[in-house]
Amino acid sequence: MKKRRNLILTLAALILFGGFLYYAQHTFNPYILRILNLCAVFTIFAVTFNLIFGYTGQFSLGHAGFAAVGAYVAALLTMSAAQKSANFFLKPIISPLANVEIPFLPALLLAGLFASVVGSLVAWPALRLRGDYLAIATLGFSEIIRILLVNLQPITNGALGLKGIPSYTNLYWSWGAALVCIFIIKSLINTSYGRAMSAIRDDEVAAEALGVSLFKHKMMAFAVSAFFVGVAGALMANLISTIDPKVFLFFLTYQIVGITVMGGMGSLTGSTIAAILYTVFLEALRPIESPFTIGPLNIPGIPGMRMVLFSILLLTVILFYRRGLMGTNEFSWDWLIGLFHRKDTALAAPTGGAEK
Amino acid sequence: MTFDQLLQNLANGISLGALYALIAIGYTMVYGILRLINFAHGDIVMIGAYAAFYGVAMFILPWWISFPLAILLTTGLGMIIERVAYRPLREYPRINLFTSAVAVSFLLENLANVIFGGRPKAFERPAFMNEMITIGNTQVVSYTPFIIITAVVLFGGLLYIVNRTKVGMAMRALSKDIEATGLMGINTDRIILFSFMLGSALAAAGGILWATKFPQINPWMGVMPGLKAFIAAVLGGIGNITGAVIGGFLLGLTEIMVVAFFPSLSGYRDAFAYTILILLLLFRPTGIMGEMQAEKV
Repeated sequence: MKKRRNLILTLAALILFGGFLYYAQHTFNPYILRILNLCAVFTIFAVTFNLIFGYTGQFSLGHAGFAAVGAYVAALLTMSAAQKSANFFLKPIISPLANVEIPFLPALLLAGLFASVVGSLVAWPALRLRGDYLAIATLGFSEIIRILLVNLQPITNGALGLKGIPSYTNLYWSWGAALVCIFIIKSLINTSYGRAMSAIRDDEVAAEALGVSLFKHKMMAFAVSAFFVGVAGALMANLISTIDPKVFLFFLTYQIVGITVMGGMGSLTGSTIAAILYTVFLEALRPIESPFTIGPLNIPGIPGMRMVLFSILLLTVILFYRRGLMGTNEFSWDWLIGLFHRKDTALAAPTGGAEK
Repeated sequence: MTFDQLLQNLANGISLGALYALIAIGYTMVYGILRLINFAHGDIVMIGAYAAFYGVAMFILPWWISFPLAILLTTGLGMIIERVAYRPLREYPRINLFTSAVAVSFLLENLANVIFGGRPKAFERPAFMNEMITIGNTQVVSYTPFIIITAVVLFGGLLYIVNRTKVGMAMRALSKDIEATGLMGINTDRIILFSFMLGSALAAAGGILWATKFPQINPWMGVMPGLKAFIAAVLGGIGNITGAVIGGFLLGLTEIMVVAFFPSLSGYRDAFAYTILILLLLFRPTGIMGEMQAEKV
């Protein structure tokens, strides 16, 4: 009964959301669309980080590197031959890549696949390490990827980056990918694999003693995460249309960690909300940086001020809402309906309910 | 490569290593006690350099007043950060502490960007650091020996404090067991604050010396040295002060020497540190001087 109701509600919400996307794509101006797309990209980043850290307990700081792999793969596969030759004027691009141009969907999937392979390759040695050592090693790998991007000029165009990547990303692609990502990760968490991952997070030694294969499950978390991070990177590349290795400095990883912690470790809902809030908030603060007038007062813009406010906000959330916005709670229809009924308000009933 | 070039590179590597080591000590002390990767430490380095810069350029102080004053100011800042951003989170999961450090790092960088401006500023060396010293056929600018000598003096002072004084003993006790140390009647909060103080002072000194070696300062100048110094701390065995010094020198020398011998690899210079780090972590995860820790169930 409840299950069916939830399913219907989910479908209804999805249709509504689809309708909103359709409306938005056709009426909103490019600036707002760009922000909405970025929201989806950061949602994927945060949700995947949550899978690795919040659910599996592996402190990985490799997100920027995986995103870079996805972004470059997609960019090189979708750019036209003419664009490529215009970009690579210092050193020509190696021959098989020069003429490749494929549609967006296979490019996205290949970007994810590449990132996933790189993620697994990184995870393979790194997973012998624990805690902070894992964090440092993955951060190191991520930086090595970036340095390779700078130096492998015939493939990546080095520090100059790639310009004129076709802007294929629209709301359907970005939010479609985000929804698929959330759905798959949510489903994964509810399988026996997901339970094993949580066991590893809570106590590695005990989990191993109970017969959980540490390597297999950690690897799975890394491969799945890296796949979607790669897809998100690809979406980002085809959205902002200009990428260079500097985009994927470890600042990106820090931002993702910040977003995920703000949303709540172990809550996909929290990650989604925090990612959207973060992106919108940063844009909403943009006016501070340009001059404005209040009555007789003429206030000069302060460039860089919004990042200051953002850091203060992040610090405040961490210091005063220590479990993040959602803690480990998830959105579910039962919770929403319970809110209206005011009885048995089972906050975060882990019913595996509809996850939008 | 001629012998003279080798000597020159050696001097260069040692002075770079000394800088890494100075910064690495702050990381290692904080990690040893709180198990916190203090990512804001690199930005303390930057603040130290800016304070010294403004002391000389704006308040027209002589360097021997401006530099110590900058160290003092930065030390105060380090203490405030510990008190405001780290102490309230000590009982919480370590990811919170880590994120707090990241937030503080963002805050310092962007505040510096707003207040000091994003454009790089030219740091003026005191005149006596600009002289050319010629020994045989080897030439070094006098800031190189100055950096090395200052660093060695500071290491000596630090080792004295840690190994020979009561506070130092309390610090060593804290890194073994915070709770038990508290039960012995030691004010753990104060000792932790003191470690942050020491670490920040050394970082500020490192920042000022860094600016004399690479006289271009900008709000993000602390990021790379910070990361490298952190790697040095891990190389030496994080939590171990002697290890951090050894790791710092090792990293500085390696970076300079590999580029000196294989100039074609210079684009990959920043990658060496990470490669060494990952290899070391795989084969000896606790670093050169670190102690193996048995796993408890």
